[in-house]
Amino acid sequence: MSKGFKTTIAILTVMVILGLITLPGLRQMMQRLRSTPKTEEQARREVMQEPISTPTDVQVQAHLYWLSAASPASLEPTAIQLPLSADPVERSKQLVNALIVKAPAPERRTLPLEASLLAFYIQPDGTAIADFSDEIASGMPSGILSEQLAVQSIALTLGANMTGIRQLKILVHGQEAETLAGHLDLYGMFPVPSPQPLATPALAVPSAPGTAAPAAKASNATSGGQNNPAGPVPAPPAPAKKAP
Amino acid sequence: MIVAALAFSTQAQSPQAPAALGQPVPQTSTPVPQQTIPPTGQTNLAQPAPAKRSLAVVILDPAHGGADTGARGSSGIAESDVVLGYARLVRISLEAQGLRVILTRQANDDPSFDDRSKLANAQRGALFITLHVSSTGQPGTVRVYSLPQLTVPQLAAIAPHSGLLPWDRAQFSYIDQSRRLAELIQIQMAQRFRGTTDTPFEAPVRQLRTVAAPAVAIEVSSVSVADRSSLDQMGPGLADGVARAVAAFRTIY
Repeated sequence: MSKGFKTTIAILTVMVILGLITLPGLRQMMQRLRSTPKTEEQARREVMQEPISTPTDVQVQAHLYWLSAASPASLEPTAIQLPLSADPVERSKQLVNALIVKAPAPERRTLPLEASLLAFYIQPDGTAIADFSDEIASGMPSGILSEQLAVQSIALTLGANMTGIRQLKILVHGQEAETLAGHLDLYGMFPVPSPQPLATPALAVPSAPGTAAPAAKASNATSGGQNNPAGPVPAPPAPAKKAP
Repeated sequence: MIVAALAFSTQAQSPQAPAALGQPVPQTSTPVPQQTIPPTGQTNLAQPAPAKRSLAVVILDPAHGGADTGARGSSGIAESDVVLGYARLVRISLEAQGLRVILTRQANDDPSFDDRSKLANAQRGALFITLHVSSTGQPGTVRVYSLPQLTVPQLAAIAPHSGLLPWDRAQFSYIDQSRRLAELIQIQMAQRFRGTTDTPFEAPVRQLRTVAAPAVAIEVSSVSVADRSSLDQMGPGLADGVARAVAAFRTIY
């Protein structure tokens, strides 16, 4: 038997032994991956989007609006612990991102998991502009009800945890879109209610001099836009029938 | 992102009072509308109702169509197909009352929002009903929507200074009438479909905004049902309810 042949056999033997040693570990890793399946979107989000973290982050109890478990055609607030920044723009981004990814259950989600917030601005007059990726439209269940609840969940969540934001404009990929997903008109601004007295004080946005404070109040739960609280100016005569 | 920055700067010039939640405040900084329609009523801000006339024609709008299927259920039910069937049934019921009915689409095509609105805006004495099937909501229920009521500052912001009604806000002069029509239809739906509320809803539905006539959206829940026949079975009740509501609306139109 030649020396080269012996060396080859020795190397192969060592490799087989190493393979046998690492095999149980590989098997365990496969089982772990199988037991915690990730959607393609979750994986993409983890790679592409770092959680927003700022030096001023403080763990607080935030109130986020998702679909009601009991009545899916309405929204209800859910209190969760979130690290929120002292900076209003960063705080708003953290809230909207949490609204997308932290729904307690998939059926309570109002915004598509694959959507992401590309940018967020707050103007001195209290106008917030949220710029979402295309998936806010393509991943949204189509319909007047679902689209209205999606926008309301953003407005109510911002309203519950921020002060000074009066209205919300939604952009899709940096541009004005005609509708959210074929129904809801994105032509104008959506009013953001002023915060209710919650356990955690909402963060104030510095308002421009002379800017009127919003007077609209959010209800604890809101249903698809039916008889929602109006703004500070009396609306035209109310219809004869009232909400149950 | 440049566009976002532009939007940021232009909208800063238009502070407006908040409206009802989930209902957008109309922008005043949009470009001057390129198309206008003749004035249809008085310009009193508190009461911008159009002049009274008799109802002659109903525009029925089966939403979506063509490549745009609208809501699609896991079992393959397409909103655009279902609403076309509904529109044909509603048409028969309305024509039985002697009303002229125009469908915005007869087959699987997809006119634009403005093309659909044009059909109503070119008529005198028209009303507009757009038909939808949702992705969500309690199956078997029906919701009727009109555009949200406007506050007085909002009305002032959109008042037509030239005497012409801007195309992109054409519906704003008809909101009270639309709300009344929505009430009448919603009551009929509540009587026919278990679990349906008898109070109509308000939402900024894009199709309604450019219609210069009383206009409502009817949304049936939902494409999530396993079998399309359960949606089709709602057609006759829907058609009869709409026809009865329109008959009642004629008396106050």
